[in-house]
Amino acid sequence: MALEGKVALVTGASRGIGRAIALTLAKNGADVAINFAGNVAAAEEVAKEITDMGRKAILVQGSVADFATCQEMVAKVIAELGKVDILVNNAGITRDGLLMRMSSEDWDAVLTTNLKGVFNCTKAVIKPMMKQRSGKIVNMASVVGETGNPGQANYAAAKAGVIGFTKTIAKEIASRGINVNAVAPGFVATDMTKVLPDKVKEAMAAGIPLGRAGDPQDIANAVLFLVSDNAAYITGQVLNVDGGMVM
Amino acid sequence: MSEQSTFDKVKAITVEQLSVAPEDVKMESTFIDDLGADSLDIVELIMAFEEEFNTEIPDEVAEKIRTVKDAVELLDKK
Repeated sequence: MALEGKVALVTGASRGIGRAIALTLAKNGADVAINFAGNVAAAEEVAKEITDMGRKAILVQGSVADFATCQEMVAKVIAELGKVDILVNNAGITRDGLLMRMSSEDWDAVLTTNLKGVFNCTKAVIKPMMKQRSGKIVNMASVVGETGNPGQANYAAAKAGVIGFTKTIAKEIASRGINVNAVAPGFVATDMTKVLPDKVKEAMAAGIPLGRAGDPQDIANAVLFLVSDNAAYITGQVLNVDGGMVM
Repeated sequence: MSEQSTFDKVKAITVEQLSVAPEDVKMESTFIDDLGADSLDIVELIMAFEEEFNTEIPDEVAEKIRTVKDAVELLDKK
């Protein structure tokens, strides 16, 4: 199997896209550390599915927004699973609203979790990955980080930030055998997008050449590719997985 | 700790991290110009020194380390 013997840490892995990523990596042979912020029951369910596949799964609860927490989480992954080969920075939140109505707290919350969280977790794995001279990091961006989206100034800014971060770190550590890429989902049916008004959802679907919303599995498949040896010569890229929404 | 043994440890770490020949690592060697280190190598070297000598080297001190002698003298004081 493609990821036999590899250890992956997936943040925000109890639900939605993160869950699909965790399960897909495990299905392809990886042991998985499941990070989640609050939903223990959902995280345990993901862990059970993974152990049922005969892979190891551990839970690492904590907010990626906190630097020290991320250090502790990665230490736990290394202590219990031996190393960390793959980091998928997937954890993210939304606090949508037009700028006119967006509070300072809404801005900070999204930037801290979605952008600083990527810094925090990447920083925590970078030393061990540099030492082992290998590693794969995939950051969850979004097409709105490339195009902008009314009502998502904070989210789009954070995701654009993730793209700049991805390219920079890819350059910094390429010589150590570490690949850093981003996946930019388009409109994906998850809990995060379920709250959008039907009108908005219809308008989004109408603008997608492939004619449907994405499924978390579509995103997980792209992540699987980027963390596998098939993508060994790919770094610093943003792979849009959006049904052709943004070209 | 005698200067010789500190030098030997620094030399061993330098040889391993930079993949250079032991005989090329002299007290007066500069990490970047003589031993071919890049900025990332320097960060890794400092990290390896910190681990071996069980100490912390602040960034502003680390920035001043140019030669093997600089490293040996700094680590001897630790």
